[in-house]
Amino acid sequence: MIAPSYFLIVSALLFTLGVVGVLARRNALVVFMSIELMLNATNLAFVTFARVLGSVEGQVVVFFVIVVAAVEVVVGLAIIVDIFRTRETVSVDDVDLLRG
Amino acid sequence: MELVVFIVAASAALAGGVGVVASAQPVRSALSLLLVLCSLAVMYLLLAAEFIAVLQVIVYAGAIVVLFLFVVMLLHPRRGEVRPEKLPRQRSAAVLLGGIFALALVYAIAPARATVPPAPPGAFGSAQSVGAALFSTYLLPFEVASVVLLVGIIAAVVLGRARPVA
Repeated sequence: MIAPSYFLIVSALLFTLGVVGVLARRNALVVFMSIELMLNATNLAFVTFARVLGSVEGQVVVFFVIVVAAVEVVVGLAIIVDIFRTRETVSVDDVDLLRG
Repeated sequence: MELVVFIVAASAALAGGVGVVASAQPVRSALSLLLVLCSLAVMYLLLAAEFIAVLQVIVYAGAIVVLFLFVVMLLHPRRGEVRPEKLPRQRSAAVLLGGIFALALVYAIAPARATVPPAPPGAFGSAQSVGAALFSTYLLPFEVASVVLLVGIIAAVVLGRARPVA
């Protein structure tokens, strides 16, 4: 088997890419995909530690993360579509009604 | 052999991640996300998590990416219209902060012992072992997850209605 720290480094880099995507991109869809990227990076860390510790609990957590991520994508995309219908935009900069 | 598979999967995952963040068109971002998800499934197989790998391909690559693609096709951003950025230098600041963040994470991980754990028993990570845990110890969270899914379905139907009820 490959050393677990390699998997963790891949996980860390993927998470960083997700963070940069959320910070830098203005398209709501791409921001959403970057959030998925971060969720998957943490999933990789969970599976790695499940393998290291020989305990299946880490994989159970990943199962629940996948379930909740599926729901989150459905609701989030519905909201994005709704915003697009009313405001004709998918840019997060244009949705600023709560801005002080 | 395992190392070759790992290197290919890891570089595909990272390249896909860059593609998600850097693509100019959302369709390319969605397809890059598909690449990331599939290479992560390969890595789960390397980590003896067969059930999670299959789940990853079915749920993420099969359902979530398709949903993303549908929405990307449905919505089209207005083209040829360059608005001034509300936050100047946001991109460079994001990349800089991301670099610092990545350095901190790698700095925390790097000293970890490179010991390879002993091979798990043969059934580890199979649908049987994960399912046994899900239906005994984690039965309550499992049932709650079904309620969460139901709430998601109802929310999508309500939000997706053409004319919201007043």
